[in-house]
Amino acid sequence: MDATNPNARIEFNLNGEDVRITAMPGERLSETLRERLDARDVKIGCNAGDCGACSVLINGEPVCACLMPAQQAAGQAVETVSGLVGRDDHAKALMERFQDHGAAQCGICTPGMMVAAVGLLRTNDAPDEQQVKDALGGVLCRCTGYRKIIDAVLDAPATMDDRGGAGRTLRRLDGVGKVSGTERFGDDVAPSGTLEIKVVRSHLPHASFEFGDLDAWCAQTAGMEAVLTAADIKGQNCFGVIPEFADQPVFAEGTARFRGEAVAAVVGTPDAIRTFQPKDFPVTWTAHKDSADPVQAQAADAPLLHETRKGNVMCRGFVKCGDADAALASADVTVEGTFSTGFVEHGYIEPEAGFAEVVDGRVEIHACTQAPGMDLDAMEIILGMDRSKIRMKPTGVGGGFGSKLDISVQPYLALAALKTGQPVRITYTRTESMQSTTKRHPSRIKLKIGATKDGRLSGFRFDGDFNTGAYASWGPTVANRVPVHASGPYRIADYTAVANGVHTNCPPAGAFRGFGVPQSGIAQESLFDDLAQKLDIDPLEFRIRNVLEDGVPTVCGQVFKQGVGAKACLEALRPSWDDERKAANAFNAQATGSKRRGVGIAAGWYGCGNTSLPNPSTIKAGIKADGTVVLHQGAMDIGQGANTVISQIFSTALGVSATDLALVGADTDVTPDAGKTSASRQTFVSGNAARLSGEAMRKKILRHLNVSDDATLTFGDGAITVADGDKTHKIDLSEMLADAEGYVFVSEGTYDPPTKPLDDSGQGVPYAQFGYAAQLAVVEVDEALGTVKPIKFVAAHDVGKAINPMLVEGQVQGGIAQGLGMALMEEYLPGRTENLHDYLIPTIGDIPPIETLIIEVPDEHGPYGAKGLGEHVLIPTAPALLNAIKHATGVRIHSVPVTPPKMYEAIKGRKNV
Amino acid sequence: MPYLAPQNAEEAFRFLDRNRPKIIAGCTDYFPSLQQGETHQDLLDISRISGLRGINRTDRGWRIGAATTWTDVVRADLPRAFDALKLAAVEVGSLQIQNQGTVAGNICNASPAADGVPPLLVLDAEVEIGSVRGSRTVALSEFIQGVRKVDLGPGEMVVAIHVPDVVNEATSSFSKLGSREYLVISIAMVAAVVQVEDGHLTDVRVAIGSCSPVAQRLPDLEALLKGKSVADLAEMDFKAERTFAPLSPISDVRGSAEYRLDVVTEMCRRVIMQACKGD
Repeated sequence: MDATNPNARIEFNLNGEDVRITAMPGERLSETLRERLDARDVKIGCNAGDCGACSVLINGEPVCACLMPAQQAAGQAVETVSGLVGRDDHAKALMERFQDHGAAQCGICTPGMMVAAVGLLRTNDAPDEQQVKDALGGVLCRCTGYRKIIDAVLDAPATMDDRGGAGRTLRRLDGVGKVSGTERFGDDVAPSGTLEIKVVRSHLPHASFEFGDLDAWCAQTAGMEAVLTAADIKGQNCFGVIPEFADQPVFAEGTARFRGEAVAAVVGTPDAIRTFQPKDFPVTWTAHKDSADPVQAQAADAPLLHETRKGNVMCRGFVKCGDADAALASADVTVEGTFSTGFVEHGYIEPEAGFAEVVDGRVEIHACTQAPGMDLDAMEIILGMDRSKIRMKPTGVGGGFGSKLDISVQPYLALAALKTGQPVRITYTRTESMQSTTKRHPSRIKLKIGATKDGRLSGFRFDGDFNTGAYASWGPTVANRVPVHASGPYRIADYTAVANGVHTNCPPAGAFRGFGVPQSGIAQESLFDDLAQKLDIDPLEFRIRNVLEDGVPTVCGQVFKQGVGAKACLEALRPSWDDERKAANAFNAQATGSKRRGVGIAAGWYGCGNTSLPNPSTIKAGIKADGTVVLHQGAMDIGQGANTVISQIFSTALGVSATDLALVGADTDVTPDAGKTSASRQTFVSGNAARLSGEAMRKKILRHLNVSDDATLTFGDGAITVADGDKTHKIDLSEMLADAEGYVFVSEGTYDPPTKPLDDSGQGVPYAQFGYAAQLAVVEVDEALGTVKPIKFVAAHDVGKAINPMLVEGQVQGGIAQGLGMALMEEYLPGRTENLHDYLIPTIGDIPPIETLIIEVPDEHGPYGAKGLGEHVLIPTAPALLNAIKHATGVRIHSVPVTPPKMYEAIKGRKNV
Repeated sequence: MPYLAPQNAEEAFRFLDRNRPKIIAGCTDYFPSLQQGETHQDLLDISRISGLRGINRTDRGWRIGAATTWTDVVRADLPRAFDALKLAAVEVGSLQIQNQGTVAGNICNASPAADGVPPLLVLDAEVEIGSVRGSRTVALSEFIQGVRKVDLGPGEMVVAIHVPDVVNEATSSFSKLGSREYLVISIAMVAAVVQVEDGHLTDVRVAIGSCSPVAQRLPDLEALLKGKSVADLAEMDFKAERTFAPLSPISDVRGSAEYRLDVVTEMCRRVIMQACKGD
């Protein structure tokens, strides 16, 4: 570089083209590529080298573009995924293989994965698994569990079925954009140079605050356009996903209740925001006593977070059947224990981000979300505007897992766009995302279970405190779901379960894959093993002896006449269970060093959809005059595959191939609300809506020609061709009247699962269907160091009907990876683990082979028999690992994560006893 | 706010003397440390200075230029005593970090968990420091003075790391304990260089990281082990000796002080045994 003119133009080669740009001194190359060269395929997940999403090749070597000054790229060859897939043979092949294996789910890490894989294959075109892991170890993925990425890079065989109906393995319909870097996520839609927003947050868990002269500060600060506070909110400064519990302000007023809570936001030019230092903002803080956990929060002198919630108890869930205490008293054996879990961070690789502008007097908000319909409800209340003036246009979602159900950036975007009249954008830093968005509830669970000598359960008493943080979010759902599910998929006649949601000065705990059930599953499945051991009954047989079956009531008194697949899941594990237990026992018998192996199992169940509440989805379709079949698919695809699964179901009902559909995504202006992507409801609920829509469309067409139900339909060239037996009919669509949207045929299907309210004892019909699961984990524990290495999983999941078996496997592997993280390494500690190098999620090196056993016990309510799956997966994972650890070491661990120090201390204690 | 990336050291020294810039090379520690709104001071990018990248033989040993990356270390043809450094190199963050991050940057960042420091300590590395006033060399053990604190005066920069000659018979190993694979900050680290003759340790050097503000050699343990039979290592009671006194671990989110002290003894045994194997 020219030493006398340090800010000279930088020249380098980007994807085969010479480029010349000017960058700020020390500007991150990722920033330069995205904002000056429109290479939005380079994703930013952490800006610290922790996630690798921004990986690019510099002269063929992968580096994190976020850690490289643009000036260092001068004279070098820079390659990004979008360039590679156009020019590089390895990338072209990987692009196909990633799709064939479902190696991209949400797709936010995929550019980094692809780039790292190309870097490897250029020097080694036949790598082994370890070499793939070493090469890809620097890119984090939160969706896939990595196994399908490994398969894709290794070029393992994949079986596709392009017919694409329900039950067939089909590539994701939205896969090309994910593997080529063209899908637009939250931070990818705003034009460069747009005004930016930075939120001012509390650095204290509980503090009062006062602003100085904000107007003067704004006027004096170059490039600062506006300051937003609670005073700018024309509607209500209050939101919450459950209206009766709405309690969270967009901007705190006078008092901040958790570290990371927003008190104001500044809006300015990119330069002004880049140089904005929070310490310069005119606000003064006064710290107050805070409650860090439910014990402190329930102390007599603890300050109330919300005046109307006495004792800081937000709400209580309760389910009772029979007489638990009497059954426990008469049981031959009992076991009990207190189990605890910590905050778990969702850790999606895409931080919350979005863009908004005012268009024709309406505010349009583009943001990553799991629930555009609920976002619109919230924005209407906050903005005090008629909902017809607000449009939610979701971007691609780089992972959600529950946290993107709640609004985050949306109100700041709307308020800033309305106040400035200009387009605005916002992207949370990784630390902001971790500090301010919801987490999994920490839990403290006391559980006692009894059994008779012959191994029948006799009494179950569960008391759980769930730390719901400063605001309600989905805390009431957790409190209600847990008592319904804490039994696990077992027949328990005498049962009492209580779950309290308790407020603390912590980040709001909300929805995270499983809504509290993974926490209760740890307690229940651990004690089941202890009970089996006490009774000297094989742990698998003990579970099978007590498992729910058709016609047997749940703890809510719900009796399913069909569709209960729990036993089938457990029985599917029996061959692996026998083999792996023998192998582990043999390993341990011969072990001379400090390593011991163990095999554990656990089961789980999960009710699909809202608990005893209305939960409808609507799916609309239209046929254009040219014969194009358009599916308005509003079920947010956050990586799990709704775009593909819903299309497969619709197309099966209509009688076409899913690959022939044109998809229109979620957009509150043009696509009906398919409800939120949560509670493992999209395949079941929106899938049913899609089936109904497809059936209605088919019926309309058949009726138009008055042909039989067996007719086959072909769409295209301005016509629908209908073959009915040996006759062929044709509908000339060009002669038909098209509606305002250009459709000549339109159909809508709406589905709401049949449930009934729970009574005061939690008795009723909470869900129309449950999904069931059982998993086996094999671990190796190094007793001298306390390290736990999972070496294999076998996962049996009853999905009723696997609409797309490849996507089912993807959900299973990804869920296990999250369960493994929760079990072994993840704990969010406010102020201490607010980034992805102190808060650890599993890497590609941590996930062992996973064998998926797809069990199909059809459900009468599910589309083609299908049941939900997403959340079910991680419920058995942590307890299976804990039971495997117990088998290996003899030590029962009562709290997760089982970090090496915790494991070591437990083993040391055993040896001292 | 100039950004200077000179091609010769003298120019860098003059800029250092004049502007007192922040020195950057691989930037893998620089960027993550930036706070919101932190404006860049003057930046001196040393990655283009000729002669600063790569590992060369010198008349008294080996010279690792200050812009040498971890990947450069992995690919260099080096005696087996450097195996510990190579094993550490592939455990630095991820491949992406190894391609950018430098050995010299790792020691200048002076983290207690710097992966490169234990293997360099057992190689008796020295640090060459340059400025307009000339150059000086200090032992690595003295260069790192504390957490985030190194012996660099105003206008000075690290030019190279020197490793004195090692005998061909010396072998080495390294181990890092963390809570996951890849991209992990260590709970504890051990590096060892040994020489074995007739099944006995004739020389042994051990250094521990992440268990004190600055990684430490363990002279008492080294003295204790010298002359011992390799075959006896597996059964030797490492914990019985007060040889870990130089360590003063803290308790943090990654592990307690007690845990660190306990496991590091076992790690020492394993690393020394592995080093003795020499493969």
